[in-house]
Amino acid sequence: MLHETSPLAVGIFAAFVTGVLWLSFRLGRKGQSAQGYYAAHGQVHWAVNGIAFAGDYLSAASFLGICGMIAFHGYDGFLYSIGFLAGWVVALFVIAEPIKALGKFTFADALDARFNSRGIKLAVAISTLVVSVFYLIPQMVGAGSLVTPLLGLPHWAGVVLVGVAVTFIVATAGMVSTTWVQFIKGSLLVFFCGVLSVLILGRGLSVNAGRAGPLDMTPQVRTVRPDGMVLVDGQPRSKEHDLRPVGTIGRLPERFGGALTTGGLGPLEYLAALEDSTVVTWSRQTHTDEQGTHETFTPTERPAAELLRPGGYFKGLAGGTLAGRLDFASLMLALFCGTASLPHILIRYYTVKDAAAARKSTVVGITAIGAFYVLTLYLGLGAMTSGALDPTDTNMAAPLLARSFSETLFAIISAIAFTTVLGTVSGLIMAGSGAVAHDLVENVCGVRMTDHEKVRVGKLAAVVLGVVAMALGILFKGFNVGFLVGWAFNIAASANLPALVMLLFWPRTTKQGIIAAVTVGMAASLGWILLSADTFEKVYGLPGSLAPMPFSQPGLVTIPLGFLVLVVVSLLSPPPAAVRR
Amino acid sequence: MTMEGESHKPGTVPPASRLGLALFGVYVLLYGGFMTLVLMRPDLMAVRPFGGVNLAIASGLGLIVAAVALSLVYMLARAGR
Repeated sequence: MLHETSPLAVGIFAAFVTGVLWLSFRLGRKGQSAQGYYAAHGQVHWAVNGIAFAGDYLSAASFLGICGMIAFHGYDGFLYSIGFLAGWVVALFVIAEPIKALGKFTFADALDARFNSRGIKLAVAISTLVVSVFYLIPQMVGAGSLVTPLLGLPHWAGVVLVGVAVTFIVATAGMVSTTWVQFIKGSLLVFFCGVLSVLILGRGLSVNAGRAGPLDMTPQVRTVRPDGMVLVDGQPRSKEHDLRPVGTIGRLPERFGGALTTGGLGPLEYLAALEDSTVVTWSRQTHTDEQGTHETFTPTERPAAELLRPGGYFKGLAGGTLAGRLDFASLMLALFCGTASLPHILIRYYTVKDAAAARKSTVVGITAIGAFYVLTLYLGLGAMTSGALDPTDTNMAAPLLARSFSETLFAIISAIAFTTVLGTVSGLIMAGSGAVAHDLVENVCGVRMTDHEKVRVGKLAAVVLGVVAMALGILFKGFNVGFLVGWAFNIAASANLPALVMLLFWPRTTKQGIIAAVTVGMAASLGWILLSADTFEKVYGLPGSLAPMPFSQPGLVTIPLGFLVLVVVSLLSPPPAAVRR
Repeated sequence: MTMEGESHKPGTVPPASRLGLALFGVYVLLYGGFMTLVLMRPDLMAVRPFGGVNLAIASGLGLIVAAVALSLVYMLARAGR
């Protein structure tokens, strides 16, 4: 059965989460000054910070979202891996060292270093909050997905569990404990994904996931009645009667001589053998009538080669429309430009002592993150053929893949995924709390605070953000978390990157230009997303054809728009003093 | 870009960062070339020139390895500064 809890899994999970909270509480004593709370005293070792970058960045979207997308849609999920890593090249070569040299606690500090403008602080603080909230949504949705199979709890309980744990982490200790939580999580995630990949290659590929008998190609129907009761194939759902797990090999290549399993394969052999096999994938159709909402899952056996090239998820790529292609290009541009504009990544540059340490920690981060993204390909394809997938939830592919090996591994992977969410959410709430306390309250509103008060306001902001994140996590249940995080990248890249890059490379940049670029970039990308076909269909429940925007991902238009607005407004405003001299 | 011990003059790019920008340019070409292929010639992505692995997977893995390799080159070239 898909959602059966085991005491061992619950025990391992509880031990993991308790360990992380204990560490956080213990380290909390070290971060009581503002410098300690927001920037861990600037004394984190670059190697630790580098792995913490990986912990910060490898969010639920990377682990749960990408694995799920590869498992259900094939190669297109891997395009997210490629785009997410490419963004780090911008961070390292263009942003890392200057941002360290310019700032103190927050991203607004860096952008405002030359101007001391309340307008810049206000615009950047709001953009930080908007990006952080959009990035928080997928993390919370991921947390909700995890607790259902692991603990047998409903989605909302997982969201609340993460919300409370993270608010506790951030409110007790700030950046010191956040850094260590991310370091531990980053190390464990990469290590155990490596272990899982070795197990996948060791197991090789098996027809019908090693089960005896022919492939079961009967469609499955899940009905949610108006009174909330769930039926499977017309009968009430129970432990004994649930949806069958899916995702199997249909036929192996002829070179294996009709065998039902390949046995262990090397990394390249695995990919080549899969390419010549057939797989059974499941499509989903939904319709609603007076008896409830019915989801019909229908199996199709098809050549795996179709899933190992672009076009499985991004329909525009496989001979699709121009709008479809532009949508894809826009997403890939946003992923490339977005990483170096994410506030929770940028603040990590303030936890190391100098620009050289910032550079070295970025290289460590890229190496760990790059290794992880290579592994996502094997995890996703391993899940696709594991016979363990839940057809209703793409986000659970990686943990359910682990369950196909052992219950203990399932518990470990689920606990790591949960700590993954904890780590990333902690970083996001830190960034948001800094934006509120340091940028908005202190610098924009001009409230003079003692060191102790700054920390208290930051903690209060962290609690409020935690509550907002929990509410949104419950609201967006059922979305693929990789898809959701694309929105955050679009907004971050459109609002923040033009201002950051031009400030560093164009002396004529003015404060009016920066304020205009951040405001227009943020408003345009946010407005575009709210009026896009994806949002119409998936959030408002309206036909996508009614949406006014020609494609759903805004970056292709709104990132250049941010640059254009900055240049035009800067040229129309008085040049900065340094240029006039 | 500012190095430790140097003063940062806003809006300027000191010579030390030229290497970073050059490596960035190399990666932009690789990433741009890959995306152009995916967008314009997705059919080419199905060819299998690398031991049975198709071009889509080989080039995707190659881009990830290239990002890590370029970052290591950058770190080694600037070690000790």
